Amino acid sequence: MRKLIFGLFIAFLPVLGLAAGAGVPLDHIETDHTDKASLQRGAAMFTNYCMGCHSMEYARYKRVAEDLEIPVELYEENLIFTGAQIGELMKNSMNKDMAADWFGAPPPDLTLESRLRGESWVYSYLRGFYKDDSRPLGVNNVVFDKVGMPHVLVDLQGLCAVEPNIGKKASVEPLSGNINHSSACPEYATEGSMTGAEFDRAMYDLTNFMSYMADPIKVERERLGIFVLIFVAIFFVFAYLLNREYWKDVH
Amino acid sequence: MQKLLNWVDERLPVVDAWNKHLAKYYAPKNFNVWYFFGSLAMLVLVNQLVTGVWLTMSYNPTGEGAFASVEYIMRDVQWGWLLRYLHSTGASAFFIVVYLHMFRGLMYGSYQKPRELIWLFGMLIYLVLMAEAFMGYLLPWGQMSYWGAQVIVNLFGAIPVIGEDLSLWIRGDYLISGITLNRFFALHVVALPIVLLGLVVLHILALHEVGSNNPDGIDIKKNKDENGIPKDGIPFHPYYSVHDLVGVAVFFFIFFIVVFFFPEMGGLFIEKPNFEPANALKTPEHIAPVWYFTPFYAMLRAVTVDLFGLSAKFWGVVVMGGAIAILFVLPWLDRSPVRSIRYKGWLSKIALALFTVSFVILGYLGLVPATEGRTTLAQILTVVYFLYFILMPFYTRMEKTKPVPERVTG
Repeated sequence: MRKLIFGLFIAFLPVLGLAAGAGVPLDHIETDHTDKASLQRGAAMFTNYCMGCHSMEYARYKRVAEDLEIPVELYEENLIFTGAQIGELMKNSMNKDMAADWFGAPPPDLTLESRLRGESWVYSYLRGFYKDDSRPLGVNNVVFDKVGMPHVLVDLQGLCAVEPNIGKKASVEPLSGNINHSSACPEYATEGSMTGAEFDRAMYDLTNFMSYMADPIKVERERLGIFVLIFVAIFFVFAYLLNREYWKDVH
Repeated sequence: MQKLLNWVDERLPVVDAWNKHLAKYYAPKNFNVWYFFGSLAMLVLVNQLVTGVWLTMSYNPTGEGAFASVEYIMRDVQWGWLLRYLHSTGASAFFIVVYLHMFRGLMYGSYQKPRELIWLFGMLIYLVLMAEAFMGYLLPWGQMSYWGAQVIVNLFGAIPVIGEDLSLWIRGDYLISGITLNRFFALHVVALPIVLLGLVVLHILALHEVGSNNPDGIDIKKNKDENGIPKDGIPFHPYYSVHDLVGVAVFFFIFFIVVFFFPEMGGLFIEKPNFEPANALKTPEHIAPVWYFTPFYAMLRAVTVDLFGLSAKFWGVVVMGGAIAILFVLPWLDRSPVRSIRYKGWLSKIALALFTVSFVILGYLGLVPATEGRTTLAQILTVVYFLYFILMPFYTRMEKTKPVPERVTG
């Protein structure tokens, strides 16, 4: 029996841990879809700063309101700007052809962005803008070179004068042992309304929200998964005993 | 109940079929862990059929609507996410169990006389399965769906004279388009499953005609008791049905870990670029087929020289096709007097080990971008892969085999 379990286990081994690595160094984060407060802040941030250009057209407002425990009236009042019904898909009103004229390419839909590029990529990208006068919009991004998107959050973060430190190890304070979450930008050309740490926290919330949007069933899926595995484990015990009972006759 | 059974049995040979294929089908009693994968393949096939039928109910096979309909299934259809992950994980699981099932055949010589037809039907199943998986992969209409299909269909274009027209005929358009999606959908959900089911029936009928092989490679029918029952045989039902149930439990445990916790499997079961809708104007940085095709893809890329006025791409396609085609003639390449690797000589053991290692490493090389060093390695391993078959008639004949016992050894 041990042989069987081992055999089936090695059967799946070759496919483990072969994920392809990306080229640019990133700041790694773990998202948490159970942190409703963080997701709500992220939803507010996304709706206010991103949705003017980026749709989330595979998702519905209602699902977000329900999953994030935001009352429907409150959601309709504060987080729907297009006059859409709560049950509708999260589209925006930007004309794609005109957007292509303005930015070179229409802003992509972001429903699945965090699964396409990865959560850490999104988090690093959002914090990766810096001043670069050679670019048409005056900014570049360390994670996405020559990006066509303006630095929308410049009022919050401020404009970083030099390339931000993305993908460098967080320093550890030697006395307290606390991890020093110093902001990625060492020097600002213009100051924003948030401190570096506040901005990082806000970008974590935003990334967390986008991660939730890309995979809204994750928490429920993993919760159910535990029960399914417990069921299969119990089923295994009975199958094993039944098998042993029958095979007593075989010599 | 008995009356009903009699009524049916007088009109349809149900009792006869039950006995022939289950209750009085005598299988060798010494099956080991490798013998689970046949029944597991059947289990996964059923999973694919059932979840597939339900997915079709909400899927929209058009270039405009396919991608959005998959997300609709994932978000708005009740349990849609589960159906889809069962189906996408099932596709990879299918290849895992089929590869292990085939490896079992290689190890214990299950393709040897009198089981040549079982092997051939099995190879046809494998071929249809590859077509089925390839066409199914286009349906989510993501970037990798699109460009993977583009690359594979373009391979036909490498065939001299008719190639370009052939790939045009397959696509139904000058590039992969909604028309291609529609026909692949029809083939994936109707035509190929019918063929697949037919082949599975033939595979099993042929198996039950000659009887199962076993890890010793002994013909258990040579040793029968006074009732004509093989001494080393036990009825498939209930012994192996309950035995397989244990295998099913272990398989499900691993399978559900993937379905519920790692449905993308780090980008191997669902590739990351597939979270972006197909775009004919934007080529992804790195196009890699899904993992189960990568050994052959690595062989395709390993061919880098033009020969006899034909392009390297053409010869790559020939090598790739040959790598699969050569498996068909395996029963006639093995000249060993024994079946099982247990009693074959050390040459066969080394050959099988090298073959396995080369196949696995080629699989890895097909996943990652090619570099000069990797291409050289892929070339060497491709040669190793083919030598396993080409030299088989020689090393199986010249090596010294061990004596095969009269009865199975457990």
